[in-house]
Amino acid sequence: MALLQIAEPGQSAAPHQHRLAVGIDLGTTNSLVAAVRSGVADTLADESGRHALASVVRYSEDGVQVGVDAERFSAQDPLNTVVSVKRFMGRSLSDIQAKDASLPYHFSASENGLPLFNTQAGQFNPIQISADILRPLVNRAEKTLGGSLEGVVITVPAYFDDAQRQGTKEAASLLGVKVLRLLNEPTAAAIAYGLDSGQEGVIAIYDLGGGTFDISILRLNKGVFEVLATGGDSALGGDDFDHALADHLQRSWQLTSLTASEHRALLIESRRVKEALTEQASVTASLTLEQGKVHEQVVDKAQFDALIESLVKKTIASCRRALRDAGIGNDEVLETVMVGGSTRVPLVRERVEGFFGKAPLTSIDPDRVVAIGAAIQADILVGNKPESDLLLLDVIPLSLGIETMGGLVEKVVSRNTTIPVARAQEFTTFKDGQTAMAFHVVQGERELVADCRSLARFTLKGIPPMAAGAAHIRVTFQVDADGLLSVTAMEKSSGVQASIQVKPSFGLTDEEIGTMLKDSMAHAKEDIERRMLAEQQVEAARVLESLSAALAKDGELLDEAETAAIQAGMANLAQVASQSDTDAIEKAIAALDDASQSFAAKRMDNSIRLALKGQSVDNI
Amino acid sequence: MNYFELFSLSPSFELDTALLSERYRELQRAVHPDKFANASEQDKRLAVQHTAQVNDGYNTLKHPISRAEHMLSLKGIDLSHESTTVKDTMFLMQQMEWREALEEINDSDDPDEAIEHLHQSFGEYRREIMALLAQKIDSDEASVLEQAADLVRKLKFMDKLQAELERAEDALF
Repeated sequence: MALLQIAEPGQSAAPHQHRLAVGIDLGTTNSLVAAVRSGVADTLADESGRHALASVVRYSEDGVQVGVDAERFSAQDPLNTVVSVKRFMGRSLSDIQAKDASLPYHFSASENGLPLFNTQAGQFNPIQISADILRPLVNRAEKTLGGSLEGVVITVPAYFDDAQRQGTKEAASLLGVKVLRLLNEPTAAAIAYGLDSGQEGVIAIYDLGGGTFDISILRLNKGVFEVLATGGDSALGGDDFDHALADHLQRSWQLTSLTASEHRALLIESRRVKEALTEQASVTASLTLEQGKVHEQVVDKAQFDALIESLVKKTIASCRRALRDAGIGNDEVLETVMVGGSTRVPLVRERVEGFFGKAPLTSIDPDRVVAIGAAIQADILVGNKPESDLLLLDVIPLSLGIETMGGLVEKVVSRNTTIPVARAQEFTTFKDGQTAMAFHVVQGERELVADCRSLARFTLKGIPPMAAGAAHIRVTFQVDADGLLSVTAMEKSSGVQASIQVKPSFGLTDEEIGTMLKDSMAHAKEDIERRMLAEQQVEAARVLESLSAALAKDGELLDEAETAAIQAGMANLAQVASQSDTDAIEKAIAALDDASQSFAAKRMDNSIRLALKGQSVDNI
Repeated sequence: MNYFELFSLSPSFELDTALLSERYRELQRAVHPDKFANASEQDKRLAVQHTAQVNDGYNTLKHPISRAEHMLSLKGIDLSHESTTVKDTMFLMQQMEWREALEEINDSDDPDEAIEHLHQSFGEYRREIMALLAQKIDSDEASVLEQAADLVRKLKFMDKLQAELERAEDALF
């Protein structure tokens, strides 16, 4: 527990010690962790010197295995070995089965229709499995850096929707790790490149990973990274190249029925052939079936290119759309940055160069560039570089809308709007005395609800009974800097704040979250209590630290009575936080929040004024 | 909320967009939630709200149509909740002609040429309306402002047409 520091007015509090924070690239195929050490950002290696952790988890009698230990079993024990779990994040079981019926897993559906993988070690959902991938990365970082982490930045594809982002954040919270920010992968890549070169202008980030494709158009200007537009496909990646080649081989070898492990072996062989074709003009593919029969075939680059041509074309069409959304012509793009292992495929580089008219940047390892950028951002967010000018202005990747009559979507926030954003929409009742109203929030670009992703359903209750059409209900949709949605509602004429329950369509129920938390800890009840206490103590320390810094800096905005009230609240919180009553700490924080509310607002207004000071203020 | 005041700009239709962007960045530096990653929950909430407002203001002022709408609403004419109607028969005839041309793109011998041609005529027409709007909207006279409101409605029609043209263009690839 940090002691309360009160600095003399005009003096800043003691300089911050170096805080530990890392960037994590939670990838479809591989995951990485990176940190800034002595001013240099780089990925961290495990004990055997490996940087990439295969995003593969095996659940068996041997317990939980992650990385290469699990990957070894992917062909022989596909049922219990989950690969590419990122593809299942925020998706319902029916979505998944509609897209790919040949998955080797035994699924059940959770209460909300989430996929559960039935394994020898029990049932696991994609959030838990992602947490199991994050765990060794966090442990590795704490061991290498020599202390516990104050926060992490986790990268997600720019194209991830609300459910997928929410799931990623929940995975980290299962480990008790604070997420400073969910950062879009392409933006992270731009940070990794952009800071050193100090370029100004428009940059395109072409990110083709194992399972996802993102194109982002960014503008760099005096330390501000402004995302102008993003586009892409959350279900298109290098894995699809493997599938295309595997399908081709399966057809030409006339293999009608393969076992799950033969199928996995065929995919692994297809990936090997794909990778080898980057350097060689032709490669021999070979597969040994379980009865011992061996199939072989030579694949040359032209054949492979023909198989993946339509997939690569889809990515270029996305590039064209993103440029138009940004209002930018092809020739205005200063640089193209290549991210993701699949950008090593020669046809991809050729097509990208053809479209943008110049050779793309490839000097940083395309597999590590995202983690490196995330580490730089984490270092800044945690407060190690107060002088940093870097500011990221991100956009929402998919439009948010609500269902209206006839299954149509009314857009509330459109795609590529800069976030955070708040939009209010007014609704009214259509029956006399109506006291409740149901809403359905969807995300997507199509006009029919059925073609969009269902995000959440909520019911507005407690509307005062009035004549039809007399109630004016103002619903405010707010999307935060991580791209996550929250909703509030109010009946305007009576001022009644209506209660809202947002139930994520593909999220977890409260019980499921509780069970997952318990499962993630050895001694459930005690551990949870201890953790909740620790979390409140950390929050108390944060509140006290930021308030004393604020008082030191902006104390003159307050009169004596206000200052005294805040200081009394701080002393109270400091006292309560040194003991172990979780509820009391929570209450003391809330009380102090109340007491300092107007101070916070004044400081915010003051900083807005200061931001524009020194500018030539136009006369009105 | 008067967004011109938020950005400390004079409320004029002819706006220095470079200056607007500059002010936008300065404001973002002051209020963006990333500057409060280590602050209390209360500060974070406040930062999100302020940044949302700054973003909304920037987007409103950046685009000429929403800027004009904002100026009109500051002068008491609210266009945001009406369903757009225009009574100008000449204008409506022109719209119908363009819609027919849009539908015929696919049957044309050279669709690319047809699309390019439409892009050009839309652009010219928009520029004409925009120039008229700039003359009228800074006025304080109710009748002139009504004319300005009508021009904004026309621009909204043009926006829809433009979007349809882009969809048609997408369909060709």
